[in-house]
Amino acid sequence: MNQWPVIQILLPLIAAPLCALVTREKFAWALAAIITWGALVVAIVLNSQVLEQSPISYQLGGWAPPWGIELRIDSLNAMLLLLITGIAAVVITAARESIRKEIDEEKIPLYYTAYLLLLASMIGICITGDAFNVFVFLEISSLSTYALIAMGRDRRALIATFRYLIMGTIGATFILISIGLLYQLTGTLNMADLAERLPALHGNRVMQAAFGFFILGVSIKVALYPLHYWLPNGYTYAPSVVSAFLAGTATKVSLYVMLRFIFGIFGVDFSFEVIQVQHVLMPMAVAGILVGSMAAIYQDDIKRVLAYSSVAQLSYIVLGISIASETSLTASVVHIFNHGLVKSALFLCVAAMVYSVGSSKLEDLSGAAKRMPWTVAAFAVAGISLVGVPLTAGFITKWYLILAVIEYGWWPLAMVLVISSLMAVAYVWRVLDYLWFKPMSEKVAAHGARPPRTILIPAALLSFTCIYFGIDTGVTLGAADRVVQALLGATP
Amino acid sequence: MSAYFNYWAVFALMLLGLYATIASDNLVKKVVGLNIFQTSVFFLFITMGKVGGGTAPIADSQYTLYSNPLPHVLILTAIVVSVATTALALALVIRIRESYSSIEESDIQAEDEAQP
Repeated sequence: MNQWPVIQILLPLIAAPLCALVTREKFAWALAAIITWGALVVAIVLNSQVLEQSPISYQLGGWAPPWGIELRIDSLNAMLLLLITGIAAVVITAARESIRKEIDEEKIPLYYTAYLLLLASMIGICITGDAFNVFVFLEISSLSTYALIAMGRDRRALIATFRYLIMGTIGATFILISIGLLYQLTGTLNMADLAERLPALHGNRVMQAAFGFFILGVSIKVALYPLHYWLPNGYTYAPSVVSAFLAGTATKVSLYVMLRFIFGIFGVDFSFEVIQVQHVLMPMAVAGILVGSMAAIYQDDIKRVLAYSSVAQLSYIVLGISIASETSLTASVVHIFNHGLVKSALFLCVAAMVYSVGSSKLEDLSGAAKRMPWTVAAFAVAGISLVGVPLTAGFITKWYLILAVIEYGWWPLAMVLVISSLMAVAYVWRVLDYLWFKPMSEKVAAHGARPPRTILIPAALLSFTCIYFGIDTGVTLGAADRVVQALLGATP
Repeated sequence: MSAYFNYWAVFALMLLGLYATIASDNLVKKVVGLNIFQTSVFFLFITMGKVGGGTAPIADSQYTLYSNPLPHVLILTAIVVSVATTALALALVIRIRESYSSIEESDIQAEDEAQP
């Protein structure tokens, strides 16, 4: 049997406790970096295999599904594996210098342990074909995320983590209730098996309750407005590289769970015709787009600007899901990928600035471009991609989303998208104005220096990919096309 | 009504736990509320696995009616997860108390607002 799927999970999972045993910061980092890059290689191998034969099914322990746990890789989760491991690998390369400055030295090996556990659990969520496994990995990823955010220097990181823990646990428990009800109905936990048995039960009240609990739970995890409360503080007070990793991956994995359950388990007919979930998701997404973009304009901390912008950008993806047409789903799937790259690039640039200036307040960073032009340039490139200027990655998704909306003749929604893009111009420009044109702050004058190349090069690399995937759209759109065909075709 | 006694109990505990989590100001009480909420879900899983008059699933010619052990096994995992979450939450409360010298959320909020 093809062993790559299980290696993909086991590699970081086994290395995590080893990392905790290492006492020297240098070795812990080296181990974590080798493992993370190894995971990226495995993801690339799996992606090339999925192109030939999809889906790849792996039976854990040789027990055939639906009795045993199945790992199942198709074009959707193969793409997510590539995104998660790719961002993890780039971020960990940049992490060492930044972490040494932001975390006490004796805790650093534990930081890498939590990092690897988070990586392993996100891979696990994506790769598994078992509904209960999703819950277990979701909780592992939440627990390691809490630990990572709580490592922030500011004491407000603690209370932000606590609030995230309360909301995250409630969300995960709702998902658990949903999985329990589904098991009660069908007697199976295997996703493919569930998808086969559920269509017979469309009128069933228990199935409807399961769907309701699931949507509520996953909306908390996705940080969909008005359940986004945990996200801005979490991203703001976490160590900078942690924000870079989380912003690119964690919410994207939750969106994957949303896609997988709505399309792969409950089915299009049930979700959009029996329950009509679009009437819930669409208003929440539109509100999230407007409120998130608006809030981003008025923040005085650069990380907080990016965090609120994430709330808006995630809502774009949910909007695409709620429309559920071929074009809109293409937009969502591509945006999961592109926004992951863009946000990680932006947060890595911020990590570089925080490294030399020691603050992420906009006032403290003003005039930073004079001391670190390359960092700010990389930030600007990723920033215009966030806005969605043509020839950047962000443009593709907005274009497809607007096309999808116009297909239905929903002009007010198209207006919302245009207005929110203008708001994105406003908040990105405001940050660039501080960095580029305002007089140099005392902190920049005192400490501002070029950040180490190990942070700058990964950040610039990610910014470059934002442009690359804006010009060479064949790769992402081709992958998204396969994904959407599978999503919509999975149900009869 | 009595046939569904367990489900009513689950429902009551679930709401009680959620209310305690949301409404208390004290962080430890929030954690306790969260625990009650999670326990109610464990109760739900255990109830659905139990078959009236069924025994543990051990192959023996004497017994023909078995309870479903799978939900119970799932809940063992979920209990472990919940214990880990509680431990982490309490550890956070300790560190919050060290740096804010209070575990009342309103006090913490006031302190944060006083000191930007």
